Amino acid sequence: MNRITFPILVAAALLVFVTAPFVIVWAPYESTMGLVQKIFYFHFPSWMAMFLSIFILGIASVIYLFRRTPRADGVAVSAAELAVVFGLMGLITGPLWGVKAWGVWWQWDARLTMAVILELILVAYLLLRRYGGPGSDRLAAGLGIFGMANVPFLYVSTELWRTVHPRTSVVPTLPIDFGVPLWWSFAGFMVLCLALLFVRSRLEEQRMRLERLYLTLEEE
Amino acid sequence: MTGFLKVAWLVLRKDLRVESRSREMLSTTIFFAVSCVLVFSFGFVRGGRVVDGAVAGILWIAISFSGTLALARAFERERYHNVLGGLMLAPVHRPAIYLGKLLGLLLLLGIVEVVVVAMVAFLFQASLFQHFWRLLAILALGTIGFASVGTLFSAMLVRVKNRAVLLPVLLYPVTIPVLIMGVSGTAALLQPEPNLAMVQLWISLLFFFDTVFLTLALWTFEPVMTE
Repeated sequence: MNRITFPILVAAALLVFVTAPFVIVWAPYESTMGLVQKIFYFHFPSWMAMFLSIFILGIASVIYLFRRTPRADGVAVSAAELAVVFGLMGLITGPLWGVKAWGVWWQWDARLTMAVILELILVAYLLLRRYGGPGSDRLAAGLGIFGMANVPFLYVSTELWRTVHPRTSVVPTLPIDFGVPLWWSFAGFMVLCLALLFVRSRLEEQRMRLERLYLTLEEE
Repeated sequence: MTGFLKVAWLVLRKDLRVESRSREMLSTTIFFAVSCVLVFSFGFVRGGRVVDGAVAGILWIAISFSGTLALARAFERERYHNVLGGLMLAPVHRPAIYLGKLLGLLLLLGIVEVVVVAMVAFLFQASLFQHFWRLLAILALGTIGFASVGTLFSAMLVRVKNRAVLLPVLLYPVTIPVLIMGVSGTAALLQPEPNLAMVQLWISLLFFFDTVFLTLALWTFEPVMTE
């Protein structure tokens, strides 16, 4: 536990542990969606945390590809794993909302389709890291850049195609009673995402160091 | 710039010459595409008629499957006798090598598409040639999008183990947007009343995607390939 991760973990704990038992419970009951509306406080932040992770993955991939800093590679792996986890949260909470709002678990709507594709790309990234063997790190960096390039298309997709998914522009216009818990939860997820990223990339760094030490030991 | 295009042309000419002597990739890819169309037609023909809207899907699945088969072997010849190492050592622009390989694949897929489109039009009575130029634009742009990513991934996978399994695993998720646009554009063309405004939208989206993917591929080819 180093000096940077500890305060971030404390902040994440304070924000996240308060979210569900207090902030979401205190939030008013929405009239049409009822209790299901409270999923929103997890759904939206988990997608945003996924986008943050993908953004970090893309940037780290570019840095690794052009500068060859091993640290950037470690950050990229961690960000990809986090993006898969947060994406899964979004994909699980989404249908729970959808079955109440649309009456079906899944719609082949532009935004939902693109969300699944993005999740697929990230899982492919992890498969490549796991089974690619030596030399797959640069290929993974290339894939990371392609993954990031897909995000704008995902985000614009609701504006371009007609869709049943609510537009993202509703978020800033929420009434204050709903807005405060949402942004609280949003902040919690962002800090949690960064905290996990710090811890995981530190672990990856140490794994790489251990691997190098093993290799040197074998050579001697 | 002329040097860049010249290198691309030389790489393309080398591939064409090797291929013209063996015809290995061309014949196997066409055969695979034809059997793909047949397999899918068994899945989608009910009572002697093809299921509504299935034709565009059959066409694009056949193209993308046979495209993957071709891509998997695109750099196979370069793997032996360290040809790829030699290519990378040559004092030329690396992206030009990529462009040459890409052009070869586009040519191969173009020939495959001529066969597949003719076969689909013949087997399913699809009016594919009514709006010939629009269909050509969709096919060309979709193939460029698919092959530009595929050529890069295929090149990157040369040094990776499990490359036969990993190519489709990586390629399909990244190119699904291109395939969605291709299928939707073709389906809009094949409706009894073709929705030309929609076709136009898909064509422009494909163009946008191609620009992004091709730029990214040219940009990342060199750092990805150098040891």
